Amino acid sequence: MQHDVEKNVKPYEQTFNTMVPSPFVKFMRKCVIWQFIRFVIINVKMIIVVSKSH
Amino acid sequence: MARLVILGAGVSGHTAATFAKKWLGSSHEVVVVTPNSKWNWIPSNIWVGVGQMSKKDVTFELKPVYDKLGIDYRQAKAVSIHPEGSENQASPFVTVEHTSDARKGESEEITYDYLINATGPKLNFGATEGLGPDGGYSYSVCTADHATEAAAVLKEKFDRIKRGEKQKILVGTGHGMCTCQGAAFEYIFNIDTELRRAGIRDMADLQWISNESFLGDFGVGGVHIKRGGYVASSKLFAESLYTEKGINWTTGAHVTKVEEGVAHYEKLDGSTGSIDFDFSMLIPPFAGVGLKAFGKDGQDITDTLFAPNGFLKVDGDYSGKPFEEWDASDWPKNYQNPTYKNIFAVGIAFAPPHPISKPMKSPNGTPIFPTPPRTGMPSGIIGKAVANSIVDMINGAPEPTHETSMAEMGAACIASVGKGMFSGEAVALTVYPVVPDYKKYPGTGRDQNYTMGEIGLAGHWIKHTLHHMFLWKAQLKPGWSLIPE
Ligand SMILES: Cc1cc2nc3c(=O)[nH]c(=O)nc-3n(C[C@H](O)[C@H](O)[C@H](O)COP(=O)(O)OP(=O)(O)OC[C@H]3O[C@@H](n4cnc5c(N)ncnc54)[C@H](O)[C@@H]3O)c2cc1C
Repeated sequence: MQHDVEKNVKPYEQTFNTMVPSPFVKFMRKCVIWQFIRFVIINVKMIIVVSKSH
Repeated sequence: MARLVILGAGVSGHTAATFAKKWLGSSHEVVVVTPNSKWNWIPSNIWVGVGQMSKKDVTFELKPVYDKLGIDYRQAKAVSIHPEGSENQASPFVTVEHTSDARKGESEEITYDYLINATGPKLNFGATEGLGPDGGYSYSVCTADHATEAAAVLKEKFDRIKRGEKQKILVGTGHGMCTCQGAAFEYIFNIDTELRRAGIRDMADLQWISNESFLGDFGVGGVHIKRGGYVASSKLFAESLYTEKGINWTTGAHVTKVEEGVAHYEKLDGSTGSIDFDFSMLIPPFAGVGLKAFGKDGQDITDTLFAPNGFLKVDGDYSGKPFEEWDASDWPKNYQNPTYKNIFAVGIAFAPPHPISKPMKSPNGTPIFPTPPRTGMPSGIIGKAVANSIVDMINGAPEPTHETSMAEMGAACIASVGKGMFSGEAVALTVYPVVPDYKKYPGTGRDQNYTMGEIGLAGHWIKHTLHHMFLWKAQLKPGWSLIPE
């Protein structure tokens, strides 16, 4: 089955040599529960980078 | 009583001024010279540029904030630095020209014991014929006013689409030596989101143009990210996102001229071309703001203090070595001018030793590569470190006590893809260090434990939180000094 986003890939044009996200990946990007978990994790990672930089 | 004068109240100057005053208290003076009466949280100008925020949401009046802390605020622009004083003035001083309605055009000399240049960039639209909103054919989101104007024109283009007219939208960099690709990246994706929301995405052609040799370079030579069991280049992720959203891209391009509805360019391979547009937002190249410097006898010593691009020389290695010999140690650490030890430069105003991305030229000899970005976090960190050093020097330290190098610090960046509490998205990125160190981290130049990136709603929540957090901090509201840069 072809997913919507794959329609943007044009054979032998610049879009042909990259990857496109699956519907699951796109769903997870906006899934509030998963994104809340990521929010916490990304914040922790950023705080570590910030504290290493001061 | 010592006097610290800070030129410019942007991210770096405001950080330096507020911390210096907090630490120095009333026993020493902190003077801020800046031409605008309002402070602007520049990253959110992107949302102003698509009509999701107004100028009021991203700015506030500086004077009440400085009055609260006891900072002496002069609404003026610096014109020249006199580090040895003059024949009539024994102390070093700066000449400023007032910009407030009450004192417009009035000139004043302000003496200093220590000086911080935090004047940021001159938006050098003049480098490309026809570039920019003032007399040119492209728009900008670099200031809140520019973004407001861009939003109004963009809205008119949206209205045309709704009436059934297809529109071509061109976004990117307007010269071969631009930086700040990240801002243009955010803008094109926010336009894409707004078009989708309005249900008219299929009626617009979105086209990217930039001076990066590859998509995802961002002026830092790209960044490798661990994802799905692989360590992959930002090129792959950027190309993936542009493909997903149906945005075409042209990279390695120096825009040579912008005319009404058409941008002409030269590419790294020497070829030339042009792109038609109905609306275009092109970031200008940055230069120093054009401050002059004079010796005691009035002799022009601008070359001693400033690099040819107008940025102030600090403790970097300006020998002009080739890419193969670049080293982390080339990057400045204490931001002190080597000739005049009481002058410092922070944020975009300091002269970088060389680019971060590999310099490239077209066969015609045209340089086409990103110049080094100095984003918000490094600008704030450097501003605070320099304020700390100067406070210690005022209290007797013989030399700067605080060091921070872009080759040893990381950066956290959030690039908005679209605004919306549940429909928004942003790329959350941490890079460590900002300047890749290929000796310490062979291959990618970065520590993969602290370098990461992902796109999602969480990124938008962080961007939104940062908007409020940094405006809170900049307005010196309770707990401001605890919020990291
Ligand atoms: C549209 C856009 C989006 C961005 N988004 C992000 C982002 O998401 N994250 C991020 O980290 N960075 C972002 N940046 C970059 C960030 O804004 C800069 O890194 C930061 O503003 C640099 O701080 P600065 O203090 O060096 O310069 P600025 O903030 O530009 O401040 C310079 C100050 O000097 C003043 N000045 C100019 N000339 C004179 C003079 N002659 N005398 C006295 N004062 C003068 C100016 O009025 C200004 O107040 C973005 C930039 C743009 C343009």
